[in-house]
Amino acid sequence: MAEEVKAGCARPTGGPVGEKVSEEVHEKQIAKKEAAPMIQVGRKAPDFSAPGYQKGKFINITLSEYLGKWVLLCFYPGDFTFV
Amino acid sequence: MSIDSMFVHKMWDDHELSKMVKSGVPFPMLSDAGGRVGRVFGVYDEDAGVETRGRFIIDPDGIVQGYEVLTPPVGRNVNETFRQVQAFQLVRESKGSQATPSGWRPGKMTLKPGPDLVGNVWKEWKTSMAFD
Repeated sequence: MAEEVKAGCARPTGGPVGEKVSEEVHEKQIAKKEAAPMIQVGRKAPDFSAPGYQKGKFINITLSEYLGKWVLLCFYPGDFTFV
Repeated sequence: MSIDSMFVHKMWDDHELSKMVKSGVPFPMLSDAGGRVGRVFGVYDEDAGVETRGRFIIDPDGIVQGYEVLTPPVGRNVNETFRQVQAFQLVRESKGSQATPSGWRPGKMTLKPGPDLVGNVWKEWKTSMAFD
């Protein structure tokens, strides 16, 4: 499911998957973020891909690969934070 | 998922988390440098440059069934998350014929929504059932 990635010196990043968003549109989205919630229960979760670490391997994961399974997606402020 | 790189995730797992959880974290620890994913999910704090404690339950069709977002100093209740997942799974397996009332946990009674239940929930469900 998760594709393994080679660890290079460049710091890999992921991002939303799907329609391409130009920088200009992106700025606008940030500006109106507070007015329009992007996540709504009962609606599709936005797809994304992101690099990561799992059991000794560097991997790349795309949310839509998990269709057919229950997913718990947790965000947190940072590694080595306390709670 | 956090804004930390996958290299820092490895260090945290190696040096701290593996001392809390035998053989380390089993699930993927994802990296969202720049907060691009967190922004889409509404959990990226632009001022602090970090992601808040967001937790999303996504069902097998990719639908968000529930979420919770906390500010950084308060930790989550994992049991409550499991309870919600079990409730959503029960509802899904029943194809929507059952609903889990307030205070439900596995083993407790469910409700069967329909014309006969309208105005009659009080006969089936007592306020005390909202509490453990």
